[in-house]
Amino acid sequence: MADQTPILELEHVDKSFGPIDVLMDINLKVHAGEVLCLLGDNGAGKSTLIKTLCGVFKPTAGKILMDGKDVRFNRPRDAQEMGISTVHQFGGTFALMSIGRSFFVGVEPTRGWGPFKIFDRAKANEIAVRAVRDFGITRIEDGDRLVGGLSGGERQSLAIARAVHFGARVLILDEPTAALGVKQASHVLRIINEAKRRGLAVIFITHQVMHAMAVGDHFAVLIRGAIAADFRRGEKTREEITDLMAGGETMADLEASIESYEDTHEGRPPPPAP
Amino acid sequence: MNGFSFRSLLRRPEMGSVLSLVLVVAFYVIIGHVDVGNLVGAASWLNFAANLGIVALPVGLLMIAGELDISIGSMIPAGSMTVAILSGYYELPIVVGILGALGFGVAVGLFNGYLATHTTVPSLIITLGSLVAVQGVVLSGSMLLTGAASVPLDAPDWAKTVFGHLIANKYQVIVFWWLGLTALFALFLHVSPWGNWVFALGGDETSARNAGIPTNRLKIMLFVMSSTAAAFVGMCGAIVFNSAQVSGGMNYIFNVIVSVVVGGVLLTGGFGSIIGIFFGAITFAIVNQGIYFTDIDRNWSNLIIGVMLIAAVLMNNTFRKMALAYAPRKKK
Ligand SMILES: Nc1ncnc2c1ncn2[C@@H]1O[C@H](COP(=O)(O)OP(=O)(O)OP(=O)(O)O)[C@@H](O)[C@H]1O
Ligand SMILES: [Mg+2]
Repeated sequence: MADQTPILELEHVDKSFGPIDVLMDINLKVHAGEVLCLLGDNGAGKSTLIKTLCGVFKPTAGKILMDGKDVRFNRPRDAQEMGISTVHQFGGTFALMSIGRSFFVGVEPTRGWGPFKIFDRAKANEIAVRAVRDFGITRIEDGDRLVGGLSGGERQSLAIARAVHFGARVLILDEPTAALGVKQASHVLRIINEAKRRGLAVIFITHQVMHAMAVGDHFAVLIRGAIAADFRRGEKTREEITDLMAGGETMADLEASIESYEDTHEGRPPPPAP
Repeated sequence: MNGFSFRSLLRRPEMGSVLSLVLVVAFYVIIGHVDVGNLVGAASWLNFAANLGIVALPVGLLMIAGELDISIGSMIPAGSMTVAILSGYYELPIVVGILGALGFGVAVGLFNGYLATHTTVPSLIITLGSLVAVQGVVLSGSMLLTGAASVPLDAPDWAKTVFGHLIANKYQVIVFWWLGLTALFALFLHVSPWGNWVFALGGDETSARNAGIPTNRLKIMLFVMSSTAAAFVGMCGAIVFNSAQVSGGMNYIFNVIVSVVVGGVLLTGGFGSIIGIFFGAITFAIVNQGIYFTDIDRNWSNLIIGVMLIAAVLMNNTFRKMALAYAPRKKK
C-alpha cells in the first residue's frame, strides 16, 4: 500500500487556539481501504485533529493533501463535498426535529422543479428509517418521530448511519461506540469493516483497546498534541498499545502505584485524582 | 382513525395557540357576554393582528433559530419616519420613501446579524443596543431635518391602494399582506428545504454548521427579515394614517414576543410553526382588542394576557412532551 497515493495526508500540521498549541507537527497518511485508529488520552487533541480534517478548523500551519493535491477546506461543506463525512464526538442530531429531517440536515432531498423545489419528507423519512434499521435499531419505524424521544445510543446510531450514508470516500468517527450497547458497538465495528471493504478510508477514534485492535490496520497515538507513535497492525502488543493510550504511562506503573497506596493505607484504594 | 388523527394534532406545535384562542373567545363569550357575530366581523382586532402578525412571523423564525430581535420596537417608527421624511417632508417620489424605509430595515438587520454572528454577545443585548440607537437616530434625525417629531405624508393613490387604504372604511389592506406573508413563511419553513436549516440552527448550532449549513449567512438573513418586516409595518402605518411619529412601537416588543411564544415557538429555539405564530397573533389581538366588546372593564386585559401566556406555555410544554414521547404502536 505504500506505493499508492494516500486519500488524505497531513503534512506538518499545527493547530493553535490563540496562545494554546493543541496540535504540533502532525504527519499522517490515510489510504483507501484502510482503518486508521487515532488513540490518545483525554485532551490529547484527537477531536481537534479530525476537526481540522473535516473543515471545522483551519490548520494554523501545514498542509492537507487529498489524493496528493493540496486542499483547503474553508467550511465543513467543502470537506463534505469531497466525500469526507464525519460523526463528531457530541451532537450531530437535533432533539426537536424528526428523524427524517435530522438525518438530512444540510443535504435535504427535494422534489419539484427549479425554484419550486420542496423538501421531500416521504423520501427523507424512508431513507433515514431504513438506514437506522439496517443498523440494528429495529424499534424505529416512523421517520416523523422526534429525535429527542430516542435513547442516547439510538441517537448515536442515527448520527453514524447518516455519516455512512453520505460518506463517499472518507469516514471519520469520533468515539462512535461511546454510548452504544454491545450489539450496536459490534455493529459499528462491522460497519467500519464494510466501509473499508468498499474502499473507503476510515478514521476511528476510540478509548477501547479491544475495539481498536478489532478493526485497525494502522494506529497513531497522540500525546499532548504530538504523534507519539505510528505503527501498523501486529507491530505492537496489546499491552504496549494500552500503555500508549494512557498517555505514555505504563499500565504496570499505574497498577504498581495503586498497590503501593493500598499497602500503606490499610488496603483502601486511592481516592480519585482531583 | 379519528382518535389517531386527533392525537397527531395534539403533537403539533400550534396546538397550544389554537386552544388558547378557543379558550379566550369562550371566556369573552361566557363571562363578557360578547356578541360573537360582532366580534368576528370587527376590524379592530383584525387590523391589530395583521400589524402584529407581520412582525411576529420573522421574529418567530428568529426565535426558532435560537435568536431574539427586540430592535423591532424602534424599527417600526423608523420605517414610518423614513417614508414620511423622504416622501412627505422632502416630497420625493413615494417609491424613494418606500425603498428608503425598507433599506433602513435591511441595514439595521445586517448590523444586528453581523454582530450576532461575529461576536459572542447574546442577540438580546445586541438588539437592545440597536433598539435604543435607532430610536436616537430617528428622533435626532427628524428634529435635525424637519424640526418636528411628527411628519405628515400624503401618499399617491396607487401607494395607498397597495400599502395603506381602508377596505370598506375599516379593514386595513395590510391584512392581505399578513395573509400572503404567512403563506410565504409557511412555505419557507415547512415545505422548502431551507426550513430544515432554521430548525437545525436553533436545535444545535455547532452540529448544524458541521453538517454544512451556512449558519452565519442564514442568521444574518433572518435578522434582515425581522427588521425589514418591522420597517414595512411602520411604513404602511404612515401611508394609511397620513403621518408618522417618532414615538410608539415599543409595545410591539412585548406583544410580538407574547404572540410568538403563545404560538408554540420554544423560547430557546429549535421548535415552532408558522401556523402557531399566526394563531398566536390572532389570540393576542382578540384578548387585547376584544375586551372592548365585553362588559369586562378593559383594565383587566393585561391580567387576561398574563394568564393566557402562562396557560399557553404550559399547554405548549405538555404538547411538546407528547411529541417527544410519541412512538407509533407496533402494527400487529
Ligand atoms: N476551541 C478551542 N479553543 C481552545 N482550546 C481548545 C479548543 N478545542 C479544544 N481545545 C483544547 O485542545 C485540547 C485537545 O482537545 P480535544 O478535544 O482535541 O481532545 P481529545 O483528544 O478529543 O480528548 P477526548 O478523548 O476527551 O475527546 C484540550 O486541552 C482542549 O482544551
Ligand atoms: Mg475528543
